[in-house]
Amino acid sequence: MRVTVTVNGASQSAQAEPRTLLVDFIRTRLGLTGTHVGCDTSNCGACTVLLDGVPVKSCTLLAAQVEGRSITTVEGLAAGGSLHPVQAAFHADHGLQCGFCTPGMMLVGAALIQRNPDPSEADVRWAISGNICRCTGYMNIVKAIRDAAGQMAAAEVGATPAESPTAEVA
Amino acid sequence: MFPAAFDYVAPQTMDEVLALLAERGDEAKVLAGGQSLIPLLKLRFASPALLVDIGRVPGLTGIGRDNGTLTVRARTRHIDVEAAHDLRGSFGVLHDAAPQISDPLIRNMGTVGGSLCHADPAGDWGAVMLATGAEMTLRSVRGERRVHITDFLQGPFTTALEPDELLTDVRIPVPGGQTGGTYLKLERKVGDFATVAVAVHLVLEGGGGDARIAGAGIGLCAVGPHSLKATDAEASLLGRPPTAEVIAEAARLAAAAASPKSDVRGSADYKRDVVRIFVERGLAIAAERAGWHQGPSPRLWGFTAPGVGGDGA
Repeated sequence: MRVTVTVNGASQSAQAEPRTLLVDFIRTRLGLTGTHVGCDTSNCGACTVLLDGVPVKSCTLLAAQVEGRSITTVEGLAAGGSLHPVQAAFHADHGLQCGFCTPGMMLVGAALIQRNPDPSEADVRWAISGNICRCTGYMNIVKAIRDAAGQMAAAEVGATPAESPTAEVA
Repeated sequence: MFPAAFDYVAPQTMDEVLALLAERGDEAKVLAGGQSLIPLLKLRFASPALLVDIGRVPGLTGIGRDNGTLTVRARTRHIDVEAAHDLRGSFGVLHDAAPQISDPLIRNMGTVGGSLCHADPAGDWGAVMLATGAEMTLRSVRGERRVHITDFLQGPFTTALEPDELLTDVRIPVPGGQTGGTYLKLERKVGDFATVAVAVHLVLEGGGGDARIAGAGIGLCAVGPHSLKATDAEASLLGRPPTAEVIAEAARLAAAAASPKSDVRGSADYKRDVVRIFVERGLAIAAERAGWHQGPSPRLWGFTAPGVGGDGA
Protein backbone atom coordinates (compact mmCIF):
# COMPACT_ATOMS: atom_id res chain seq x y z
CA MET A 1 0.00 0.00 0.00
CA ARG A 2 1.04 3.61 -0.49
CA VAL A 3 1.28 5.79 2.61
CA THR A 4 1.19 9.58 2.32
CA VAL A 5 2.01 11.72 5.34
CA THR A 6 3.11 15.28 5.93
CA VAL A 7 6.55 15.05 7.50
CA ASN A 8 8.13 18.22 8.89
CA GLY A 9 5.79 20.29 6.75
CA ALA A 10 6.34 18.51 3.43
CA SER A 11 4.11 15.84 1.94
CA GLN A 12 5.92 12.50 1.65
CA SER A 13 4.68 9.34 0.01
CA ALA A 14 6.15 5.85 -0.07
CA GLN A 15 5.20 2.21 -0.49
CA ALA A 16 4.88 0.21 2.71
CA GLU A 17 3.50 -3.13 3.80
CA PRO A 18 0.54 -2.78 6.19
CA ARG A 19 2.71 -4.22 8.96
CA THR A 20 5.36 -1.51 8.58
CA LEU A 21 5.87 0.34 11.84
CA LEU A 22 5.93 4.12 11.67
CA VAL A 23 9.47 4.25 13.05
CA ASP A 24 10.73 1.95 10.28
CA PHE A 25 8.82 3.92 7.66
CA ILE A 26 10.46 7.14 8.86
CA ARG A 27 13.97 5.69 9.09
CA THR A 28 14.16 3.40 6.07
CA ARG A 29 11.59 4.77 3.58
CA LEU A 30 12.07 8.46 4.33
CA GLY A 31 15.71 8.27 5.43
CA LEU A 32 15.18 10.35 8.57
CA THR A 33 17.37 8.53 11.08
CA GLY A 34 17.06 11.06 13.91
CA THR A 35 14.10 9.00 15.14
CA HIS A 36 15.76 6.20 17.09
CA VAL A 37 14.80 2.61 17.82
CA GLY A 38 15.60 1.99 21.46
CA CYS A 39 13.73 -0.68 23.38
CA ASP A 40 11.30 -1.47 20.53
CA THR A 41 8.77 -2.41 23.24
CA SER A 42 6.96 0.92 23.90
CA ASN A 43 8.96 1.68 27.03
CA CYS A 44 11.83 4.05 26.27
CA GLY A 45 10.54 6.88 24.06
CA ALA A 46 13.66 7.07 21.83
CA CYS A 47 11.29 6.71 18.84
CA THR A 48 9.11 9.68 19.88
CA VAL A 49 7.62 11.76 17.07
CA LEU A 50 4.86 14.36 17.16
CA LEU A 51 1.61 13.24 15.54
CA ASP A 52 -0.41 16.37 14.77
CA GLY A 53 1.69 18.07 17.46
CA VAL A 54 1.22 15.40 20.13
CA PRO A 55 4.08 13.11 21.21
CA VAL A 56 3.61 9.41 20.47
CA LYS A 57 5.86 6.34 20.27
CA SER A 58 6.46 5.55 16.60
CA CYS A 59 7.51 1.95 17.36
CA THR A 60 3.93 1.36 18.53
CA LEU A 61 2.11 2.78 15.51
CA LEU A 62 1.66 1.44 12.01
CA ALA A 63 2.62 3.75 9.18
CA ALA A 64 -0.82 3.02 7.73
CA GLN A 65 -2.50 4.50 10.83
CA VAL A 66 -1.06 7.97 10.20
CA GLU A 67 -2.11 8.18 6.53
CA GLY A 68 -2.99 11.80 5.76
CA ARG A 69 -1.77 13.11 9.10
CA SER A 70 1.13 15.33 10.08
CA ILE A 71 4.38 14.11 11.67
CA THR A 72 7.21 16.13 13.20
CA THR A 73 10.55 14.40 13.72
CA VAL A 74 13.64 15.84 15.39
CA GLU A 75 14.84 16.94 11.93
CA GLY A 76 11.81 19.26 11.81
CA LEU A 77 12.69 21.20 14.96
CA ALA A 78 15.35 23.48 13.49
CA ALA A 79 13.91 26.06 11.14
CA GLY A 80 15.73 28.22 8.61
CA GLY A 81 19.17 27.00 9.65
CA SER A 82 18.87 27.98 13.31
CA LEU A 83 18.27 25.63 16.18
CA HIS A 84 14.88 25.42 17.86
CA PRO A 85 15.06 27.05 21.32
CA VAL A 86 14.70 23.59 22.88
CA GLN A 87 17.69 22.33 20.90
CA ALA A 88 19.69 25.42 21.81
CA ALA A 89 18.85 24.98 25.49
CA PHE A 90 19.88 21.29 25.43
CA HIS A 91 23.21 22.47 23.99
CA ALA A 92 23.65 25.31 26.48
CA ASP A 93 22.56 23.28 29.53
CA HIS A 94 24.40 20.06 28.64
CA GLY A 95 21.01 18.34 28.38
CA LEU A 96 22.53 15.22 26.82
CA GLN A 97 25.34 12.79 27.38
CA CYS A 98 25.25 9.94 24.84
CA GLY A 99 22.44 11.65 22.93
CA PHE A 100 20.38 8.56 22.13
CA CYS A 101 17.25 9.70 23.98
CA THR A 102 17.71 13.34 22.97
CA PRO A 103 15.45 13.50 19.89
CA GLY A 104 12.53 12.16 21.93
CA MET A 105 13.27 14.38 24.91
CA MET A 106 13.45 17.49 22.74
CA LEU A 107 10.23 16.70 20.87
CA VAL A 108 8.38 16.06 24.14
CA GLY A 109 9.80 19.32 25.51
CA ALA A 110 8.76 21.29 22.42
CA ALA A 111 5.25 19.81 22.53
CA LEU A 112 4.92 20.59 26.24
CA ILE A 113 5.95 24.23 25.80
CA GLN A 114 3.49 24.56 22.91
CA ARG A 115 0.69 23.55 25.29
CA ASN A 116 2.04 25.04 28.50
CA PRO A 117 4.36 28.02 27.92
CA ASP A 118 5.50 28.13 31.56
CA PRO A 119 5.93 24.53 32.73
CA SER A 120 6.93 23.84 36.33
CA GLU A 121 9.56 21.25 37.14
CA ALA A 122 6.72 18.84 37.97
CA ASP A 123 5.07 19.53 34.60
CA VAL A 124 8.32 18.77 32.77
CA ARG A 125 8.93 15.60 34.76
CA TRP A 126 5.34 14.52 33.99
CA ALA A 127 5.87 15.20 30.28
CA ILE A 128 9.13 13.23 30.00
CA SER A 129 7.98 10.35 32.20
CA GLY A 130 7.56 8.13 29.11
CA ASN A 131 11.10 8.85 27.91
CA ILE A 132 14.08 7.11 29.45
CA CYS A 133 17.60 8.60 29.62
CA ARG A 134 19.88 5.71 30.49
CA CYS A 135 22.75 8.15 31.17
CA THR A 136 20.30 9.42 33.85
CA GLY A 137 20.89 13.02 32.85
CA TYR A 138 17.42 14.07 33.89
CA MET A 139 18.49 17.11 35.92
CA ASN A 140 19.87 18.91 32.88
CA ILE A 141 17.11 17.68 30.58
CA VAL A 142 14.51 19.23 32.89
CA LYS A 143 16.60 22.40 33.19
CA ALA A 144 16.98 22.66 29.41
CA ILE A 145 13.25 22.32 28.75
CA ARG A 146 12.41 24.93 31.37
CA ASP A 147 15.11 27.29 30.09
CA ALA A 148 13.79 26.86 26.54
CA ALA A 149 10.32 27.80 27.76
CA GLY A 150 11.77 30.91 29.38
CA GLN A 151 13.62 31.84 26.18
CA MET A 152 10.51 31.34 24.08
CA ALA A 153 8.36 33.38 26.49
CA ALA A 154 10.95 36.18 26.46
CA ALA A 155 11.05 36.13 22.66
CA GLU A 156 7.25 36.19 22.60
CA VAL A 157 7.04 39.48 24.54
CA GLY A 158 9.81 40.99 22.44
CA ALA A 159 12.32 41.17 25.26
CA THR A 160 15.95 40.41 24.48
CA PRO A 161 17.31 37.84 26.87
CA ALA A 162 20.66 38.77 28.37
CA GLU A 163 22.16 35.51 27.21
CA SER A 164 20.35 33.72 24.42
CA PRO A 165 21.47 30.15 23.87
CA THR A 166 20.03 30.39 20.36
CA ALA A 167 22.41 33.20 19.52
CA GLU A 168 25.39 31.32 20.97
CA VAL A 169 25.18 28.35 18.69
CA ALA A 170 23.30 29.59 15.66
CA MET B 1 10.70 -6.42 15.65
CA PHE B 2 7.81 -6.34 13.25
CA PRO B 3 4.49 -8.14 13.06
CA ALA B 4 3.56 -11.09 10.86
CA ALA B 5 1.89 -9.95 7.64
CA PHE B 6 -1.79 -9.00 7.74
CA ASP B 7 -4.37 -7.27 5.62
CA TYR B 8 -5.28 -3.78 6.78
CA VAL B 9 -8.46 -1.80 6.26
CA ALA B 10 -9.44 1.57 7.71
CA PRO B 11 -13.19 1.92 7.12
CA GLN B 12 -14.79 5.36 7.15
CA THR B 13 -18.13 4.25 8.63
CA MET B 14 -19.52 2.08 11.40
CA ASP B 15 -21.57 0.08 8.85
CA GLU B 16 -18.41 -0.88 6.98
CA VAL B 17 -16.71 -1.97 10.21
CA LEU B 18 -19.65 -4.14 11.26
CA ALA B 19 -19.96 -5.67 7.78
CA LEU B 20 -16.26 -6.56 7.80
CA LEU B 21 -16.50 -8.08 11.28
CA ALA B 22 -19.60 -10.06 10.26
CA GLU B 23 -17.72 -11.47 7.30
CA ARG B 24 -14.21 -11.98 8.73
CA GLY B 25 -14.56 -11.46 12.51
CA ASP B 26 -13.01 -14.84 13.34
CA GLU B 27 -9.70 -13.91 11.72
CA ALA B 28 -9.79 -10.16 12.38
CA LYS B 29 -8.73 -7.86 15.20
CA VAL B 30 -10.05 -4.37 15.73
CA LEU B 31 -7.31 -1.73 15.97
CA ALA B 32 -8.12 1.33 18.10
CA GLY B 33 -5.12 3.07 19.69
CA GLY B 34 -2.97 -0.04 19.23
CA GLN B 35 -0.94 0.47 22.40
CA SER B 36 -1.54 -3.11 23.56
CA LEU B 37 -2.32 -4.76 20.22
CA ILE B 38 0.74 -3.55 18.30
CA PRO B 39 3.20 -4.83 20.95
CA LEU B 40 1.35 -8.18 20.85
CA LEU B 41 1.63 -8.26 17.05
CA LYS B 42 5.33 -7.42 17.22
CA LEU B 43 5.97 -10.18 19.76
CA ARG B 44 3.88 -12.49 17.50
CA PHE B 45 1.61 -13.36 20.42
CA ALA B 46 -1.18 -12.40 18.03
CA SER B 47 -1.21 -12.81 14.26
CA PRO B 48 -4.64 -11.93 12.90
CA ALA B 49 -5.17 -12.14 9.14
CA LEU B 50 -6.93 -8.78 9.12
CA LEU B 51 -6.68 -5.55 11.11
CA VAL B 52 -9.76 -3.34 11.09
CA ASP B 53 -8.56 0.15 12.05
CA ILE B 54 -11.51 2.05 13.55
CA GLY B 55 -9.45 5.26 13.85
CA ARG B 56 -11.40 6.98 11.05
CA VAL B 57 -14.92 6.03 12.12
CA PRO B 58 -16.84 9.09 13.37
CA GLY B 59 -18.88 9.15 16.59
CA LEU B 60 -16.61 6.93 18.66
CA THR B 61 -14.86 9.59 20.76
CA GLY B 62 -15.80 11.82 23.68
CA ILE B 63 -17.42 11.76 27.09
CA GLY B 64 -21.07 12.79 27.50
CA ARG B 65 -23.49 13.07 30.39
CA ASP B 66 -27.29 12.89 30.09
CA ASN B 67 -30.33 11.19 31.64
CA GLY B 68 -28.42 9.88 34.60
CA THR B 69 -25.71 8.27 32.48
CA LEU B 70 -22.08 9.12 31.90
CA THR B 71 -21.14 7.80 28.45
CA VAL B 72 -17.51 7.19 27.54
CA ARG B 73 -17.26 6.38 23.84
CA ALA B 74 -14.95 3.53 23.00
CA ARG B 75 -12.15 5.41 21.23
CA THR B 76 -11.87 8.08 23.95
CA ARG B 77 -8.18 8.19 24.78
CA HIS B 78 -6.75 7.94 28.29
CA ILE B 79 -5.46 11.53 27.88
CA ASP B 80 -9.02 12.71 27.15
CA VAL B 81 -10.22 11.31 30.49
CA GLU B 82 -7.18 12.82 32.20
CA ALA B 83 -8.12 16.19 30.71
CA ALA B 84 -11.85 15.91 31.60
CA HIS B 85 -11.60 17.97 34.77
CA ASP B 86 -15.37 18.00 35.32
CA LEU B 87 -15.03 14.33 36.34
CA ARG B 88 -12.93 15.43 39.31
CA GLY B 89 -14.36 14.53 42.71
CA SER B 90 -17.69 12.87 41.92
CA PHE B 91 -16.12 10.69 39.22
CA GLY B 92 -12.65 10.87 40.72
CA VAL B 93 -12.33 7.13 40.12
CA LEU B 94 -12.03 7.83 36.36
CA HIS B 95 -10.15 11.10 36.62
CA ASP B 96 -7.55 9.65 39.00
CA ALA B 97 -7.12 6.41 37.04
CA ALA B 98 -6.36 8.00 33.67
CA PRO B 99 -3.07 9.77 34.57
CA GLN B 100 -1.77 6.58 36.20
CA ILE B 101 -2.05 4.51 33.01
CA SER B 102 1.32 3.81 31.43
CA ASP B 103 3.00 7.08 30.39
CA PRO B 104 1.87 10.33 28.71
CA LEU B 105 2.90 9.23 25.21
CA ILE B 106 0.98 5.97 25.44
CA ARG B 107 -2.02 7.86 26.86
CA ASN B 108 -1.98 10.08 23.77
CA MET B 109 -2.84 7.01 21.65
CA GLY B 110 -4.35 4.36 23.92
CA THR B 111 -8.13 4.19 24.31
CA VAL B 112 -10.57 3.27 27.08
CA GLY B 113 -12.48 0.82 24.88
CA GLY B 114 -9.35 -0.78 23.50
CA SER B 115 -8.02 -1.33 26.98
CA LEU B 116 -11.30 -2.90 28.18
CA CYS B 117 -11.48 -5.26 25.18
CA HIS B 118 -7.84 -6.25 25.70
CA ALA B 119 -8.85 -7.28 29.25
CA ASP B 120 -5.37 -7.47 30.69
CA PRO B 121 -5.69 -8.57 34.36
CA ALA B 122 -3.45 -5.58 35.17
CA GLY B 123 -5.40 -3.18 32.94
CA ASP B 124 -6.72 -0.21 34.89
CA TRP B 125 -10.14 0.44 33.31
CA GLY B 126 -11.61 -2.94 34.23
CA ALA B 127 -11.39 -2.19 37.96
CA VAL B 128 -12.73 1.34 37.40
CA MET B 129 -15.76 0.05 35.48
CA LEU B 130 -16.42 -2.64 38.12
CA ALA B 131 -16.44 0.08 40.80
CA THR B 132 -18.86 2.27 38.83
CA GLY B 133 -21.13 -0.57 37.66
CA ALA B 134 -20.68 0.26 33.98
CA GLU B 135 -22.41 -1.36 31.01
CA MET B 136 -20.66 -2.09 27.73
CA THR B 137 -22.54 -1.40 24.50
CA LEU B 138 -21.68 -4.06 21.92
CA ARG B 139 -22.81 -3.63 18.35
CA SER B 140 -22.87 -5.99 15.37
CA VAL B 141 -24.90 -6.42 12.19
CA ARG B 142 -27.19 -8.56 14.39
CA GLY B 143 -28.03 -5.54 16.54
CA GLU B 144 -26.95 -3.97 19.78
CA ARG B 145 -26.72 -5.39 23.28
CA ARG B 146 -25.63 -4.13 26.69
CA VAL B 147 -23.42 -6.27 28.87
CA HIS B 148 -22.63 -5.43 32.47
CA ILE B 149 -18.91 -5.18 33.19
CA THR B 150 -19.10 -8.12 35.61
CA ASP B 151 -20.27 -10.32 32.72
CA PHE B 152 -18.01 -8.66 30.17
CA LEU B 153 -14.75 -9.55 31.92
CA GLN B 154 -14.46 -13.33 31.76
CA GLY B 155 -10.80 -14.18 32.27
CA PRO B 156 -7.28 -13.12 31.38
CA PHE B 157 -7.52 -11.35 28.00
CA THR B 158 -11.02 -12.81 27.59
CA THR B 159 -14.29 -10.88 27.32
CA ALA B 160 -17.90 -11.48 26.31
CA LEU B 161 -17.23 -9.73 22.98
CA GLU B 162 -18.23 -11.95 20.03
CA PRO B 163 -15.98 -11.97 16.96
CA ASP B 164 -18.49 -9.92 14.95
CA GLU B 165 -19.06 -7.33 17.70
CA LEU B 166 -17.58 -3.88 18.29
CA LEU B 167 -17.55 -2.13 21.68
CA THR B 168 -18.98 1.31 20.90
CA ASP B 169 -19.33 2.90 24.33
CA VAL B 170 -19.31 2.41 28.08
CA ARG B 171 -22.29 3.65 30.12
CA ILE B 172 -21.77 4.54 33.74
CA PRO B 173 -24.81 5.20 35.95
CA VAL B 174 -24.93 8.61 37.64
CA PRO B 175 -26.90 7.96 40.84
CA GLY B 176 -28.77 10.47 42.96
CA GLY B 177 -26.97 11.56 46.12
CA GLN B 178 -23.38 12.65 46.48
CA THR B 179 -20.75 10.55 44.73
CA GLY B 180 -17.02 10.42 45.26
CA GLY B 181 -14.22 8.11 44.24
CA THR B 182 -10.56 7.60 43.56
CA TYR B 183 -8.07 5.19 42.02
CA LEU B 184 -4.94 4.18 43.89
CA LYS B 185 -2.16 2.31 42.14
CA LEU B 186 1.17 0.89 43.22
CA GLU B 187 3.68 0.53 40.40
CA ARG B 188 7.44 0.13 40.49
CA LYS B 189 7.95 2.91 37.96
CA VAL B 190 5.99 4.94 35.42
CA GLY B 191 4.84 2.65 32.63
CA ASP B 192 5.11 -0.59 34.59
CA PHE B 193 2.10 -2.82 35.09
CA ALA B 194 0.31 -2.34 38.40
CA THR B 195 1.62 -4.31 41.36
CA VAL B 196 -1.81 -3.64 42.85
CA ALA B 197 -4.45 -1.03 42.08
CA VAL B 198 -7.80 -0.29 43.64
CA ALA B 199 -10.81 1.62 42.26
CA VAL B 200 -13.33 3.01 44.75
CA HIS B 201 -16.65 4.74 44.08
CA LEU B 202 -19.15 5.73 46.81
CA VAL B 203 -22.65 7.21 46.86
CA LEU B 204 -23.74 9.01 50.07
CA GLU B 205 -27.29 9.96 50.93
CA GLY B 206 -28.38 12.30 53.72
CA GLY B 207 -26.27 15.17 54.99
CA GLY B 208 -23.81 15.74 57.79
CA GLY B 209 -23.57 13.10 60.52
CA ASP B 210 -26.68 11.34 59.20
CA ALA B 211 -25.08 10.48 55.88
CA ARG B 212 -25.29 6.83 54.92
CA ILE B 213 -23.62 4.87 52.13
CA ALA B 214 -26.27 4.22 49.47
CA GLY B 215 -23.95 2.73 46.89
CA ALA B 216 -20.45 1.29 47.02
CA GLY B 217 -18.20 0.02 44.26
CA ILE B 218 -14.75 -1.49 44.79
CA GLY B 219 -12.72 -2.82 41.87
CA LEU B 220 -9.40 -4.62 42.33
CA CYS B 221 -6.72 -4.64 39.62
CA ALA B 222 -3.83 -7.09 39.09
CA VAL B 223 -4.80 -9.40 41.97
CA GLY B 224 -6.76 -12.06 40.05
CA PRO B 225 -7.29 -13.65 36.61
CA HIS B 226 -9.22 -10.53 35.68
CA SER B 227 -10.21 -7.35 37.50
CA LEU B 228 -12.27 -8.33 40.56
CA LYS B 229 -15.32 -6.77 42.20
CA ALA B 230 -15.05 -6.88 46.00
CA THR B 231 -18.74 -7.66 46.52
CA ASP B 232 -18.60 -8.62 50.22
CA ALA B 233 -16.77 -5.42 51.03
CA GLU B 234 -19.28 -3.41 49.02
CA ALA B 235 -22.24 -5.05 50.78
CA SER B 236 -20.72 -4.38 54.20
CA LEU B 237 -20.78 -0.64 53.53
CA LEU B 238 -24.41 -0.26 52.47
CA GLY B 239 -26.67 1.67 54.82
CA ARG B 240 -23.83 2.57 57.16
CA PRO B 241 -21.91 5.82 57.71
CA PRO B 242 -18.33 5.84 56.33
CA THR B 243 -16.67 5.85 59.74
CA ALA B 244 -13.14 4.58 60.30
CA GLU B 245 -14.46 1.28 61.72
CA VAL B 246 -16.85 0.65 58.82
CA ILE B 247 -14.11 1.44 56.31
CA ALA B 248 -11.58 -0.78 58.06
CA GLU B 249 -13.98 -3.73 57.97
CA ALA B 250 -14.64 -3.24 54.24
CA ALA B 251 -10.89 -3.05 53.62
CA ARG B 252 -10.38 -6.41 55.36
CA LEU B 253 -13.17 -7.99 53.29
CA ALA B 254 -11.71 -6.58 50.06
CA ALA B 255 -8.29 -8.03 50.91
CA ALA B 256 -9.95 -11.42 51.49
CA ALA B 257 -11.56 -11.20 48.02
CA ALA B 258 -8.21 -10.68 46.28
CA SER B 259 -6.38 -13.69 44.87
CA PRO B 260 -2.95 -12.32 44.00
CA LYS B 261 0.01 -14.38 42.80
CA SER B 262 3.55 -14.01 44.04
CA ASP B 263 5.80 -12.67 41.30
CA VAL B 264 8.65 -10.25 40.64
CA ARG B 265 6.45 -7.37 41.82
CA GLY B 266 5.82 -8.82 45.27
CA SER B 267 4.55 -11.76 47.27
CA ALA B 268 0.86 -12.68 47.38
CA ASP B 269 0.72 -11.73 51.08
CA TYR B 270 2.24 -8.35 50.39
CA LYS B 271 -0.15 -7.63 47.54
CA ARG B 272 -3.14 -8.68 49.61
CA ASP B 273 -2.10 -6.27 52.34
CA VAL B 274 -1.65 -3.46 49.80
CA VAL B 275 -5.26 -4.12 48.74
CA ARG B 276 -6.37 -3.67 52.34
CA ILE B 277 -4.42 -0.44 52.81
CA PHE B 278 -5.47 1.01 49.45
CA VAL B 279 -9.16 0.20 49.95
CA GLU B 280 -9.00 1.83 53.37
CA ARG B 281 -7.35 4.98 51.99
CA GLY B 282 -9.52 4.97 48.90
CA LEU B 283 -12.79 4.73 50.82
CA ALA B 284 -11.72 7.57 53.11
CA ILE B 285 -10.92 9.77 50.11
CA ALA B 286 -14.12 8.76 48.32
CA ALA B 287 -16.28 9.53 51.38
CA GLU B 288 -14.66 12.92 51.80
CA ARG B 289 -15.25 13.74 48.14
CA ALA B 290 -18.89 12.69 48.54
CA GLY B 291 -19.25 15.29 51.30
CA TRP B 292 -18.40 13.34 54.46
CA HIS B 293 -16.50 15.54 56.88
CA GLN B 294 -16.78 13.78 60.22
CA GLY B 295 -13.45 13.91 61.94
CA PRO B 296 -10.07 12.87 60.64
CA SER B 297 -9.85 10.33 57.84
CA PRO B 298 -8.63 6.96 59.04
CA ARG B 299 -4.93 6.34 58.88
CA LEU B 300 -3.98 8.42 55.88
CA TRP B 301 -0.54 9.25 57.29
CA GLY B 302 -0.57 12.46 55.35
CA PHE B 303 -1.34 10.57 52.16
CA THR B 304 -3.19 12.60 49.53
CA ALA B 305 -5.09 11.51 46.46
CA PRO B 306 -3.15 11.20 43.20
CA GLY B 307 -3.02 13.91 40.60
CA VAL B 308 -0.58 16.44 39.17
CA GLY B 309 -0.45 19.39 41.51
CA GLY B 310 -0.99 17.11 44.48
CA ASP B 311 -4.05 18.83 45.93
CA GLY B 312 -6.17 15.83 45.09
CA ALA B 313 -9.12 18.09 44.37
